[in-house]
Amino acid sequence: MYHTKTLTELSRLLQQREVSAVELTQSFLARIDAHDKTLNSFITLTPERALEQAKLADAKIQRGEAGKLTGLPLAHKDIFCTQDVRTSCGSKMLDNFISPYNATVVDKLAAAGMVMLGKTNMDEFAMGSSNETSFYGAVKNPWNTQAVPGGSSGGSAAAVAARLVPIATGTDTGGSIRQPAALCGITGLKPSYGRVSRYGMIAFASSLDQAGPMAQTAEDCGLLLNAMSGFDERDSTSLDKPVPDYCAELSRDIKGLKIGLPKEFFGDGMAPGVRNVVNKAIEQYRSMGAEIIAISLPNSHLSVPVYYVVAPAECSSNLSRFDGVRFGYRCKDPQDLQDLYTRSRGEGFGTEVKRRIMIGTYALSAGYYDAYYVKAQQLRRMISEDFTNAFKQVDVIIGPTAPDIAFNIGEKTSDPLAMYLSDIYTIAVNLAGLPGMSIPAGFSNKMPVGLQLIGNYFDESRLLNVAHQYQLATTWHKQIPENFK
Amino acid sequence: MALAPEEIKKIAHLARLAIDDKDIAGYAHNLSNILEMFSQMNAVDTQGVTPMAHSQDLTQRLRPDAVTETNQRERFQSIAPQTVTGLYLVPKVIE
Repeated sequence: MYHTKTLTELSRLLQQREVSAVELTQSFLARIDAHDKTLNSFITLTPERALEQAKLADAKIQRGEAGKLTGLPLAHKDIFCTQDVRTSCGSKMLDNFISPYNATVVDKLAAAGMVMLGKTNMDEFAMGSSNETSFYGAVKNPWNTQAVPGGSSGGSAAAVAARLVPIATGTDTGGSIRQPAALCGITGLKPSYGRVSRYGMIAFASSLDQAGPMAQTAEDCGLLLNAMSGFDERDSTSLDKPVPDYCAELSRDIKGLKIGLPKEFFGDGMAPGVRNVVNKAIEQYRSMGAEIIAISLPNSHLSVPVYYVVAPAECSSNLSRFDGVRFGYRCKDPQDLQDLYTRSRGEGFGTEVKRRIMIGTYALSAGYYDAYYVKAQQLRRMISEDFTNAFKQVDVIIGPTAPDIAFNIGEKTSDPLAMYLSDIYTIAVNLAGLPGMSIPAGFSNKMPVGLQLIGNYFDESRLLNVAHQYQLATTWHKQIPENFK
Repeated sequence: MALAPEEIKKIAHLARLAIDDKDIAGYAHNLSNILEMFSQMNAVDTQGVTPMAHSQDLTQRLRPDAVTETNQRERFQSIAPQTVTGLYLVPKVIE
């Protein structure tokens, strides 16, 4: 019954030699084999490589050279380049792309001795909030297989929620770690911009993208973040700041903690069932000695339009590299160079990706640049300054992660604007570059609801502390969907 | 602001995307709705606000101009659609 244990518990079992890395790997591979036909949470499995890594980890443990993560299984979102393994980014464009190098995050976690079981499903190029835009088909929510798992890190969220893997990596450009974590009932952390290297992480919107852990508990997220973080000279926006031990402050008492509730996050947009759960979580914090303070983020309602200018603008530029020449999909029988470019891109990209490239192209084109792009970047500063002002009064900000529980597959695919509103509470955090988390806080209609915690720059330790204290007092994070117990 | 089919064709051309004629109306509809949503931004006066490119407002790091990567042409070309004698092949550009 290893799958019911947290990463931290499994780490202890490995160190006490009650289980070997090979046994753990086999046990989780067997669970994936038994359950993933239902969920579709993986795009590629790497069992041979996993067993090799597990054997090496066991040898390290035998020699007494193991660290806390040595021998623990994990899955990487298929946005991280993995050498000699297909890295598809959920797209037909990269269906044949065998990466010639590793992302820094992949290297770091392999160096820590972790065992990669495979690559998880995702919205194509991380553009989506439901995991329905994947070339490899939709991922199902383990709590209700009619429902979406959220996105874009939907495969990672579903796999962790169904206990097919104890922890997974995700990336978050506008909510892509936190929203699926909320919809699947797991814990996810988006670190401060610049904390985790973006090298080898296929770029969507470079000024917003950030990688982070997705796991059962805050403690597990801290353990993985310790190994993921740090300066990388190969990422020009990586910050050269020391990495603290993110697990060091978990047990700190939160008496006197100042929690801000932005009034803009508690308006009409939130479903009553979600509001109920979030209010109970706030009462829980109050009973633990936290001080609850009403705050305002007056420009946050503009996050959605600002994000859908900025992110597509950056995406249209980033995705221009996919031209059918050096790697990836190439159309059949190109007539000339123009035909090669346009058909390779037209056939290789899915509808949502094409839509965003076109929005971005339009927003950056002559005559519209000032009205859309510059305007959005100015508002981005105002949204960011709202947070700066708020953090003068409070230590953390709390609210809902997503406006509603997981919606049904197909429900929003024909209406992109309705889909974009799924990220209404998470996007502002990316625009400002702040760290944010989602933790399981209860259920509505038998589906999980996430609580969002937002911290000041580089205050991940405090976020993890605040989340961990809640998880010591509650059991929401321990709930496992019925068919995956 | 509604986009006409001709504008969709122009944007698709700028983005080097081949779009099926039957899909143009759908793109026009959705993109017009998205642009309509952008108009919410006009409600706020942003005069004098410095645009924010990303959260840390850092200047670009510099490094010594020294070789740090080794040549791996064969490896990189092993995943290319078409190569010949170390060159990437594309359709003839100049007659």
